Amino acid sequence: MTTTLKQYEPVAGSRILSVGAARGNLVVTNEDIAGPIDSSDEWIQKRTGIVTRRRADRDLSLLDLTTQAAQEAIDKAGLTGADIDAVIVSTVTSPYATPSAAAALAHNIGATPAPAFDISAACAGYCYGVAQADALVRSGMAKHVVVVGAEKLSDFIDETDRSISFILGDGAGAVVVGASEEAGISPSVWGSDGERWETVSMTRSMLDLRDAVETARRTGDTSALTDPESKLWPTLHQDGPSVFRWAVWSMAKVAQEALDKAGVRAEDLAAFLPHQANERIIDEMAKQLKLPDTVTIGRDIKETGNTSAASIPLAMHRVLQEDPSLSGGLALQIGFGAGLVYGAQVVRLP
Amino acid sequence: MANKEEILAGLAEIVNEETGLESEEVQLDKSFTDDLDIDSISMMTIVVNAEEKFDVKIPDEEVKNLKTVNDAVEFIANAQG
Repeated sequence: MTTTLKQYEPVAGSRILSVGAARGNLVVTNEDIAGPIDSSDEWIQKRTGIVTRRRADRDLSLLDLTTQAAQEAIDKAGLTGADIDAVIVSTVTSPYATPSAAAALAHNIGATPAPAFDISAACAGYCYGVAQADALVRSGMAKHVVVVGAEKLSDFIDETDRSISFILGDGAGAVVVGASEEAGISPSVWGSDGERWETVSMTRSMLDLRDAVETARRTGDTSALTDPESKLWPTLHQDGPSVFRWAVWSMAKVAQEALDKAGVRAEDLAAFLPHQANERIIDEMAKQLKLPDTVTIGRDIKETGNTSAASIPLAMHRVLQEDPSLSGGLALQIGFGAGLVYGAQVVRLP
Repeated sequence: MANKEEILAGLAEIVNEETGLESEEVQLDKSFTDDLDIDSISMMTIVVNAEEKFDVKIPDEEVKNLKTVNDAVEFIANAQG
């Protein structure tokens, strides 16, 4: 007689139970950063929609932001750390390749020994995390999953870079995903296009930096280390127009596919929460999707800037704060960025 | 298939829709950036709309070569085959 193996017992549905947010403690205006890129407040607002971006000072770490956002989400869900049985952090700006930010977060929120891991999917990372949390909860593998999109992008910017640095901000947005009787997270449309790996990327690898330091030590010529023009520290850069085209026209199709898979029409939405990359991308996507005026569009970018993985939950947090009646309505969320990678789903707002 | 005059007229319409510039301003010798004050992001919107209107493909790496209205008209005319 063969032994029957036990498996997880699936549950009917999953949903986002709550959302938490933490933004950098500094308000950085366009005038503060316009000088090194030979720009102006007017130019930056016209091209990006950004009025200020929030950045964190040296004393406020990525982990601090992550913990604040996660703790708010857990509190709002009426849970404690002990109730959390999986912790996912999406970030591309953790100062340590290992150990994970998620393991430290699990400890900070009292969720130990919950499984904890980081994912690297840049601006799509939060949607990737929600896709995984949905699968973990519905399969019965976890009861409450914390998903945090967190970035301290200001650690990886070049103040003279006109392609992306000036739009970037720091923050963390967190959700708790748990079981529900009705579906609260639609099928995810997610994917990648590694042929366009360099479209949004770091200027160099950490190994390039190591080699430059070793060369300086070996030769005694330290000019590469001291010359500000050598720009040894890896920072973010992008091919802006190319990203714009991909983000609007390819991502509008992905967003539409997510609506179709969810069985939802644009007019059924309470909110549209796209990655806060650039307000012109947001406007053009809304136009392509033919969103009616009744749909609230997340525009956290105006005050927070582009915070990569954190931007969608931060936008969700803001729209719910500004209009609590949106709670319980449907929101289309879509993230897209370096990889290239993308992820989208329709969720019921907490 | 559109001739060059029709392409110019069609482009002028697209530019007008994106920027509000009068169609008469869109002349062959005008530079998109210097004369028409069209930034790289608006240029991409114009390119995508032109692709649709004239049923051609204009790859990202080609866009930076389209400095003047004439460059765009020539490219589209040739791409139509």
